[in-house]
Amino acid sequence: MTITTEPDLRAHFDETIARDRRIEPRDWMPDKYRATMIRQIAQHAHSEIIGMQPEGNWITRAPSLRRKAILLAKVQDEAGHGMYLYSAAETLGADRADLTDKLISGRQKYSSIFNYPTLTYADVGVIGWLVDGAAICNQVPLCRSSYGPYARAMIRICKEESFHQRQGYELLLTMMRGSQDQREMVQDATNRFWWPSLMMFGPPDDASPNTEQSMAWGVKRHTNDELRQRFVDMTVPQAEKLGVTLPDPELRWNEERGHYDFGPVDWDEFKAVVSGNGPCNAQRATRRKAAHDDGAWVREAAVAHARKTATPLPERIEPAAGDSSD
Amino acid sequence: MTEIRSEWPLFEVFLRGKRGLNHVHVGSLHAADPQMALRHARDLYTRRNEGVSIWVVAAADITASSPDEKDPFFAPAGDKVYRHPTFYEIPDDVPHM
Amino acid sequence: MTAFTMSGDHDNPYDLLGDDHDDGHRWAFGTGFTDPLEGIDTTVPAGLDASALARYCLALGDDALIYSHRLQQWVTRMPELEEETAIANIALDLLGQARMLLARAGGILGQTEDQLAFFRAEKDFRNVRLAEHADADFAELVGRLLIFSAWRLALFAELSATPDPVLAAIAAKGVNELTYHRDYGAQWVVRLGDGTDLSHDRMQRALGTLWPLAGELFRPDADAPASADPGAVDAVIDTVLAAAGLERPDAAPLAAALGRAGRDGVHTEAMGYILAELQSVARAYPDATW
Repeated sequence: MTITTEPDLRAHFDETIARDRRIEPRDWMPDKYRATMIRQIAQHAHSEIIGMQPEGNWITRAPSLRRKAILLAKVQDEAGHGMYLYSAAETLGADRADLTDKLISGRQKYSSIFNYPTLTYADVGVIGWLVDGAAICNQVPLCRSSYGPYARAMIRICKEESFHQRQGYELLLTMMRGSQDQREMVQDATNRFWWPSLMMFGPPDDASPNTEQSMAWGVKRHTNDELRQRFVDMTVPQAEKLGVTLPDPELRWNEERGHYDFGPVDWDEFKAVVSGNGPCNAQRATRRKAAHDDGAWVREAAVAHARKTATPLPERIEPAAGDSSD
Repeated sequence: MTEIRSEWPLFEVFLRGKRGLNHVHVGSLHAADPQMALRHARDLYTRRNEGVSIWVVAAADITASSPDEKDPFFAPAGDKVYRHPTFYEIPDDVPHM
Repeated sequence: MTAFTMSGDHDNPYDLLGDDHDDGHRWAFGTGFTDPLEGIDTTVPAGLDASALARYCLALGDDALIYSHRLQQWVTRMPELEEETAIANIALDLLGQARMLLARAGGILGQTEDQLAFFRAEKDFRNVRLAEHADADFAELVGRLLIFSAWRLALFAELSATPDPVLAAIAAKGVNELTYHRDYGAQWVVRLGDGTDLSHDRMQRALGTLWPLAGELFRPDADAPASADPGAVDAVIDTVLAAAGLERPDAAPLAAALGRAGRDGVHTEAMGYILAELQSVARAYPDATW
């Protein structure tokens, strides 16, 4: 049977999704699916790149050479993750330079958690434990995203991220067994990052209009509230093992539900941070823009040099016309 | 006067691991020239592991078939890897693009 | 830590979370264990001057430690994302070399790598002044890396045969890494020198700024069991400059202060700020365990 009409292509797409198979770069897909995917992947990529800043903030001041090496390697991994994801977005026809513009101008977002400052070395450990922990909760389901290149990038990323979380937690364990100052530092960092970590899962389900379509298309595999609950359930025992108190007086095990109950998230603060008024939004964007702008002369020089060497690259793809000359 | 673009073209990366039989596509990256692409691929996709064979190919040089041969909706075999419109360079003064 | 379970198909990603076979060695040398020279016989061979060896390992270790610090400051500031991974790689390599060299010196002096890195005073650091230099732009970054790596590679090639087996092993391992670093610097110097007019000017200017700092690399060192041949290093740099269309600067070497320079603990004014940053957290919590 030959597929000739758009409804047929659409049916083929729907069937692929229904069978939980992957959509690949050269498959037909609805424009909205493609646009949604590009936006989701790009914002994920932006998060990795921007996330290098709050953590990178502590590399030069790391208090032992081993910790310094670990943190530097972690930040390097994040650059790599960003690139894997931009690469996946580009298979959908996006252009990395254009995505960078959208990031810098604020038209595309990144995870709101990175708009908070990292103020002590304990923040490094807490980010590994809570922020990477929340990211893993979000990301593991994405390893089964309906879009092939994204799913494959996520498998690679999740594997590396699990190391990051373990290293962060190990730092906190070491600190909690260290001096009184260190224990207070860990508790203070936890107090500042707990609620923003819960916000990483996005607004509550009843305030998330796109969830239904995203779930139908395999763009999203679980709702925000489901993932947030799973994160809390996983993390509470980890906090107990560490000996830190999570800053929520309403946190308690609910035997009936089989889950932890927890207090209300401050969605006003979330909205303020997401809309650009968080403590570090301007600073993060400025740094990214400066690196990009200051680096233009370097990128141009590399292109100019490449043109002068033996095997010049095509600058653009020639349109596939019926031109039979040459 | 032609302005030098500062964006680097896209390269696809293929790796064959120490125990692998053939090169496998692992992703893409940007580089100004093939030598740079090779170094970047080594940094990004192998984390400097020795003994991994790397191929980098400019994305523009790849010609791909359509996996679903039942769709004459699009042009027949010989199309580019990424068929979507924004991958193609359009001059700034062309309206509605 | 338990991952929540889901019904999986053949590519179940949850399986990957349990994988720990790499044991933390995966990322970079030195992140998987606390003692950089663990398992290695660190006896100083009979007949070797242990304190000279310690002083020399400290010098080479400090070069790498301080140089790596400057490269770390470029993270999130590189001109393209691919260059971020490249520079982080180089910074990690040098940090790894620093750890091993400081551990070698520390074993003889009775101090740990961290005690040496975080609790020594400025005057006791033995790095050359080239390592302290803050790169004003990307041209200085790659030019300085070319000069430093070309010299250090030539030196480490000689040191691979040195009588102390630990220093020899560190040098042998470093040769591969430094070849990569020198190559990175060289390729970029050529791209900038033979790129646009603007990049050519900036690269030429950068060389002029850096040249005075290069002379110090070849000052005689009584503790050194080997040295880099200046002629060989010059030949490498001249080859790169020729390919880049750049001229060798005329600048004279930076003078020492009464004959004392980096190796003698007499640094530039930048060094105080470097150490203030590097040592700040460790010093603020001297009783802490990290």
